[in-house]
Amino acid sequence: MLRGLAGGVLIGLAAGLAWVLHGRIAGISGLLGRSLDRDGGAGFRRAFLAGLAGTGLVLALAFPSAIGPSVRGTTALVLAGVLVGLGTTLGNGCTSGHGVCGLARGSRRSLVAVCVFMATAALVVALAGPGAPR
Amino acid sequence: MRSTVAAVALGALFALGLALSGMTSPAKVTAFLDVAGGAWDPQLAFVMAGAIAAAVAVRRLARRPAPLFAARFDPPAHARIDAPLVAGAAIFGAGWGLAGYCPGPALVSLTSPSALVFAAAMVAGIVAARLARRACNNMRQDKRAHVR
Repeated sequence: MLRGLAGGVLIGLAAGLAWVLHGRIAGISGLLGRSLDRDGGAGFRRAFLAGLAGTGLVLALAFPSAIGPSVRGTTALVLAGVLVGLGTTLGNGCTSGHGVCGLARGSRRSLVAVCVFMATAALVVALAGPGAPR
Repeated sequence: MRSTVAAVALGALFALGLALSGMTSPAKVTAFLDVAGGAWDPQLAFVMAGAIAAAVAVRRLARRPAPLFAARFDPPAHARIDAPLVAGAAIFGAGWGLAGYCPGPALVSLTSPSALVFAAAMVAGIVAARLARRACNNMRQDKRAHVR
């Protein structure tokens, strides 16, 4: 519980500061999808993503247990990845953009999105099972 | 320069939060989403609660007329609750539930071959959706030009 809460606070700090310092929404799918856009925000997006992925690299070396194993095989991972890419682009956001930034801004649009993606995610897990580490 | 360093640091902070909270463990994510199963793990609900509380606090405490490193705030352009929002969220949720990865944790976990496969497919999905959207917009503009 405590790790969840503490990790969440770090995520929220980063998202809040991205708004206060850069005036940007720290939604990862949007940062990724618009990292090549020519609207003046691409520098921020690429730097943020570099910090994100670079830290993952450091964590994998220093604390390998921080990066958990997959619970699905390759076919399911490819299908899931395509769904996440299509869905976050169509719906303009993911767990961070709608779930953290959107709800923190009091966006009704994000509240709807969060309820919908939580419901379909729970439905898929109910149908496919939670999977097992492999 | 300071702006870029700050952006890298924010990405790093975000990644540390994801890893500490357990979001980079797909088994933990699917266990949280398995509300109907016998071994429901509520930890990730605390992640969201902590993240929203912290984000709200920072935005309230550090309220400014403009961001420190930019001329103005860049809020999302969309305001309507429409079909693309609901359909997109539904499709995203299905993928998230299937793999246990959402975009942030997948990018933090790129040293894992599975996460790399997921992330490559995700980028393909993003590119496909953006191309489709551009084609739709162009068609709509052509139609409008035609009517005029």
